[in-house]
Amino acid sequence: MIDTPVLERVLGEALRHGGEFAEVFAEDRSTSSALLDDGRVEELSSGRERGAGIRVVSGDTTGFAHTADLSEAGLLRAAEAASAVARTGGGGTATVAVGPLRTGESTGRNARDGSAPLSLASKGDSLDLLRRADEAARSSDAAITQVQAGCGGSRRQVLIANSEGLYARDEQARTRFSVSCVASGDTGLQTGFETAARTLGFELFDEVSVEELAGIAARRALSKLSARPAPSGELPVVLAGGSGGILFHEACGHGLEADHIVKDASVYTGMVGQQVASPLVTLVDDGTVGSEWGTFAVDDEGRPAQRNVLIENGILTDYLWDYLRARQEGRLSSGNGRRQTYQHLPMVRMTNTFLLPGEEDADEIVAQTPKGVYVAKLGGGQVNTTTGDFVFGTTEAYLIEGGKITEPLRDANLIGNGPEILKRIDAVATDFGMTPGTCGKDGQSVPVGCGQATMRLTGVTIGGTAE
Amino acid sequence: MSAVTAPDTATTTGAGPDDLLDLADRVAGWARTGEELEVYVARGDETDIRAYDGEVESLTSATSAGIGIRVVIEHRLGFAWAGSLDPSVLEETLAEARDNATYATPDGHVQLATPDGVVAVPVDLWDEGLASVPTTEKVALALALEAQARGADPRIRQVDHADYGDASVEVALVSTTGIRSSSRKTSGYISVGVIAGEGDASQTGSGFSVDRGVAGLDLDRASSDAVTRAVRMLGAVKGPSGRSTVVFDRRVASTLLSVVSSALSGEAVAKGRSFFAGRIGELVGDPVLTLVDDPTDPRAYGAAAYDAEGLACRRNVLIDHGVLRAFLYDTVSASRAGATSTGSAVRGGFAGTPGPGCRALTLAPGPEGYDEDGVLAAVGEGLLVQSLTGVHSGVNPISGDFSVGAEGLMIRDGKLAEPVREITVASTLQRILQSVVAIGADVEWLPGIAAGQTLAVGDMQISGA
Repeated sequence: MIDTPVLERVLGEALRHGGEFAEVFAEDRSTSSALLDDGRVEELSSGRERGAGIRVVSGDTTGFAHTADLSEAGLLRAAEAASAVARTGGGGTATVAVGPLRTGESTGRNARDGSAPLSLASKGDSLDLLRRADEAARSSDAAITQVQAGCGGSRRQVLIANSEGLYARDEQARTRFSVSCVASGDTGLQTGFETAARTLGFELFDEVSVEELAGIAARRALSKLSARPAPSGELPVVLAGGSGGILFHEACGHGLEADHIVKDASVYTGMVGQQVASPLVTLVDDGTVGSEWGTFAVDDEGRPAQRNVLIENGILTDYLWDYLRARQEGRLSSGNGRRQTYQHLPMVRMTNTFLLPGEEDADEIVAQTPKGVYVAKLGGGQVNTTTGDFVFGTTEAYLIEGGKITEPLRDANLIGNGPEILKRIDAVATDFGMTPGTCGKDGQSVPVGCGQATMRLTGVTIGGTAE
Repeated sequence: MSAVTAPDTATTTGAGPDDLLDLADRVAGWARTGEELEVYVARGDETDIRAYDGEVESLTSATSAGIGIRVVIEHRLGFAWAGSLDPSVLEETLAEARDNATYATPDGHVQLATPDGVVAVPVDLWDEGLASVPTTEKVALALALEAQARGADPRIRQVDHADYGDASVEVALVSTTGIRSSSRKTSGYISVGVIAGEGDASQTGSGFSVDRGVAGLDLDRASSDAVTRAVRMLGAVKGPSGRSTVVFDRRVASTLLSVVSSALSGEAVAKGRSFFAGRIGELVGDPVLTLVDDPTDPRAYGAAAYDAEGLACRRNVLIDHGVLRAFLYDTVSASRAGATSTGSAVRGGFAGTPGPGCRALTLAPGPEGYDEDGVLAAVGEGLLVQSLTGVHSGVNPISGDFSVGAEGLMIRDGKLAEPVREITVASTLQRILQSVVAIGADVEWLPGIAAGQTLAVGDMQISGA
């Protein structure tokens, strides 16, 4: 994307007025998507975005500028703008050498073979998948009255060079397929949704059946037509394996991000070495896991992805770090510096965050719950990292009565306090599963993975309308 | 560092929107026989500054530009976009849009907007002064905001963020079907988040102020909002379960209206994704409820002269005294419904395609002078909600199911009492509209697509202790 001598001159310009650190992050991203709605292929869309973000760190201050102009002149202008914060009056020169190159390829095998991004090259194939999903959902039951299916892919090449000599590149292919259904009945409309998303090219579909996704989405909508209102109040909750890793993402992952920690804006500040969760809890953030949605080879600051154990048998072991926060503490980044695009500053973000499986049998956990709520699928969630209070929404849930899963429940939010919930996990099964998600923080969205095995929590309030 | 000096970013980039119109004209001129083209071109400048602990934590300055092209060939739509106006990119983007069109299902309703004779109401959204405000002054604003919030109350333990931001955006839209429009707008904002502490307990609060430029940014208001909201939550406990009247403060009410608005989209209705489908002319809310979308009101944050297809924006009455009157349409959804566009196309910049949506929703206000205190007094007993969580996961505008996390203060004898947290508030959107008991006259144009005004809703289920 940019020649090494140019990178060196741009970094030199960025530090010409002072500052201790400069970085060029260049990105070339192509995206494509196809949408089937109301029985028609309504829209194919493709987009291309290239540019670079340049940051200069001087003391505790970061200057940042971005440009879509990747010529040397364009990059020098951005470097000049970013260096404004470091301007202490003097001119001078700064010499920077970058390299050797560190490369990664967080892509599927087809992309590695050098073929075009498959979702871009295979518009016809993706339409076939969309039609199959539509047909599968509609044929599952006459009550399915509307189906929307989307297929999207992106290829992102990134290049990172900084004044400490780091020079890294990565190429990330991601593919996503989703189905959402509306079911209509006497009780009104209900919705069901399912998605598959991996850090892969089109070979995602070697592993994923779109008919199966459509069937799950349809089942979720249909089951809620006869659902009763969710209960209101505190009840034990059993989360199905792979249904709700979002719980840990929200309830404690965000609170372990070092930007919150260094500002004393997290309930977990100063708690390393302390018991913060039930001994059944070992929480890991790992950007290297297979082709999961939050996987990459190097992060958006050029650090290799790594496996970070955050909580081990209930004891808090570490936080998540990006370059800037790690530098303040005199340590290395944990490979968690991420950004949405070249137009954004990097910050501390999760990758794939999951609770390790336990030893119990999933069915047995349900059987040992006299009354409670069984959550087969969670939707999104949100947390206040300062208080630890979080919510997450159910999109498929059932009552547990007498140790058995009984009636379906309408959608409701669950609310709890992260630090309290973690201490009140009393059973974890062996049946681990991951789900993809999009994590939003400070206006930036990045792909993440979440995972857990079937487990039971107490101390959660169910926000339904039944008294 | 003790002082920050930054260059004046007031240099203009390019000329006015005229050069964008020229560019859009040129690309639209590449249309072949038998195809319709719509070219949307946008360019923007922005500055973002974050202050922390008396210093500048980050300063971002940037210029961006891009193009989005829609092609309709034999009732098939194709779209492509690029984050650049580089001449080499334009042809590539058009070729990609054409290729995409070949894959779509032919659909007689697919078409571009054509001029409908409605004359646009001019709205002035451009602050000429913004471009000449030096960066040093913007930095000073962010630092002053941080210092003021930090010093406002001894219980303020931390200022999590104190931000200044501004943006200017110019847009031109040209189509081969006779649309030719351009617009420009500026915006400025300040925003602050604080943490109040007492003993082991911490609570958070945020405040902000928005304006077309810098002059109208209200530092005192942003700071005191954040501080008050955090400090008054100290000592909060999990609230009691039960059925209750809930008063949503202005910010929260604005969020609620935004959620309801997606069920009023003509596209959602046509595709069976709205609980309002088939209910035009029916009583869907309490007769006190009149809901209007009016982007021609220049005070509205989402005010605009033209919609995202280049048609004039107009005032649309959606619910009138509780009776559902209209849905919002863009050109395609209107055709599907056998209606005409209501000038309500919106799009998320050059990388998005248009669809129907609201820009400037308000409820007909209650009696003059009826503000939050007035509504609290009228309600007597209940719960004031000052913030909601989980709105994206807990409100379903298709089924209407509504269950969200909330924090706020109990209302006793018409006055605010003890703070409560970790509760959920649940109902359905259908029932909420039927159960509105009071609407404030305290209309405030907040960032987003809906005004804020105090709103009281009866008979909601609270889940807590």
